[in-house]
Amino acid sequence: MIRGCERAVERLFFGAAFISALITISIFGFMFVFGLPLFSGGRFPEIMTRPWAPHLGVFGIYPMIAGTFAVSLLAMVFAFPLSMGCAVLISVTGQGRLSRLLRRTVEIMTGMPTVIYGFVGIFLLIPLVRGIFGSGSGMCVLSAALVLAVLVSPTMILLFCDSFERVPPSYGHAALAAGATKIQRFLHVTLPCAGQGIIIAFTLSLGRAIGDTLIALMLAGNGVQVPASLFDSVRTLTAHIALVFAADHDSLEFRAIFVCGMSLYLLTAILSLLARRAGSKRRQQ
Amino acid sequence: MMRFLEKVLPLFSWLCGAVLVAAISSVTGYLLFKGLRGVNLGLLFGTTDPVAALMLRQQVFDGLFPAMVGTLSLVLMSVGWAIPIGIAAGIYLAEYARGRTKMIFNLLFDILAGLPSVIIGLFGFSLTLFLNRHVSEALRPCLLISSIALAFLVLPYIIRTTQLAFESLPVQSRMTARALGASRLQNIVHVLLPQAFPGISSGVILAIGRCAEDTIVIMLTGVVASAGVPRSLLSPYEALPFYIYYISSQYGDQQELARGYSAAILLLIICLFLFSLAFLIKKGARYRTLYRP
Repeated sequence: MIRGCERAVERLFFGAAFISALITISIFGFMFVFGLPLFSGGRFPEIMTRPWAPHLGVFGIYPMIAGTFAVSLLAMVFAFPLSMGCAVLISVTGQGRLSRLLRRTVEIMTGMPTVIYGFVGIFLLIPLVRGIFGSGSGMCVLSAALVLAVLVSPTMILLFCDSFERVPPSYGHAALAAGATKIQRFLHVTLPCAGQGIIIAFTLSLGRAIGDTLIALMLAGNGVQVPASLFDSVRTLTAHIALVFAADHDSLEFRAIFVCGMSLYLLTAILSLLARRAGSKRRQQ
Repeated sequence: MMRFLEKVLPLFSWLCGAVLVAAISSVTGYLLFKGLRGVNLGLLFGTTDPVAALMLRQQVFDGLFPAMVGTLSLVLMSVGWAIPIGIAAGIYLAEYARGRTKMIFNLLFDILAGLPSVIIGLFGFSLTLFLNRHVSEALRPCLLISSIALAFLVLPYIIRTTQLAFESLPVQSRMTARALGASRLQNIVHVLLPQAFPGISSGVILAIGRCAEDTIVIMLTGVVASAGVPRSLLSPYEALPFYIYYISSQYGDQQELARGYSAAILLLIICLFLFSLAFLIKKGARYRTLYRP
């Protein structure tokens, strides 16, 4: 009796895990099936490389791919040094109370709603960018990347701090005993040992920057073009989905957003895999 | 090179700290400066009598009450879907799954956790199209579909926190009851689950916060700018974060914009409250759900 009950509950638990796993797979399946009309007939390379011109019957998503990389990579250019600096301030150069306070602030920042960053960005940052650089509407790669950097930094800072703390303290003690300063210990011992952790933090944050929709939708201007400068308006893959999903459901225009969806799925899945690999390497060390 | 770095690093770190603090304080400061005056009972109910609105006897046209009701029902429903499945899957992963099975599940949940919310939204939307064509014409983007899609979004949060809470329990508490003759399930239900409870509940609260702030998933699955208090599970609805987004691009006059600022403060307070609650229960819960240490 108890045996049977145990078995049934175990099956139930397995069922829950199986359903959750099935969701991951069926999301990909849906993207593929709905995008199928665009994949068939060898049109795939065309879609990835051509511009977006629905009135001419051309549904390339190349400008959106370029836009996604422009915004997210620029955001990482700002966010990576900023996060590294803050993580160093929290775990090395800052003292007691101040570093605890900063850490608390960063932790609270991870709970900030995205829409609020976007909202304040529109009314505070956009006029500033327009005023300082005096070009166009102010909605551009730079504005979106700046806000995105603030959005992804808190998580990156905490992951950095976490990877510094994982370095066995005895290594650090040895360096200190040999006469190193705290900063020397960090640069010569902690940082090299925390390599895999830094890779994890970077890939996860890049994935978040690529996947964020709202900031790009609200602040990047949504113009369909391959950006040539920081002040060009761009549309990311994510924003493109949010802008076009209401189109006629049988049109190729509508089908094209599933190709965007699939590209995003694959990109973020690859980043998750890279982070996993770095994680398992770190465990082996 | 290293010498130079050693000299510059402290200055650089202080500079970065200052930039980050300046950024976050200008965001919150600007919001408070612009919108704090508007945060009062009138923000929620407009000119309608609050009691009548709460009893659903009168419609609120110029307040955030319908959006608050929409967000609340959305959160309750999505978390309601996600909790049983998420906790059960987390327990399976921590206590039953071994070897290859565990690795595959871990991999799939890592991918799910990393998927952008717009993909989940698009999935919800295409699911609606699919059901509309093959099951019932009556199915359109609605509260029910949104809550299911949001449940997919927060499922990995709950799975991960549950799994982590179970896996980090000490070996002793795992062994004692078993040694006294408890079965595997009895051990889980009576010994491990109570101990893992703080970890699980912090994960649930984070999931609530994520549901309350999400804008993109609901945008693709049924939220609208004005619908009043949702009448049924199959009707469109309003939500607080979407209202903020909508105001930012479509505000008609300064009064509407001012209400947008106040709505943003309201959402900020809700999310920070939930976050601090989760944090009090379990330190550093949120960012650990993003990856497996």
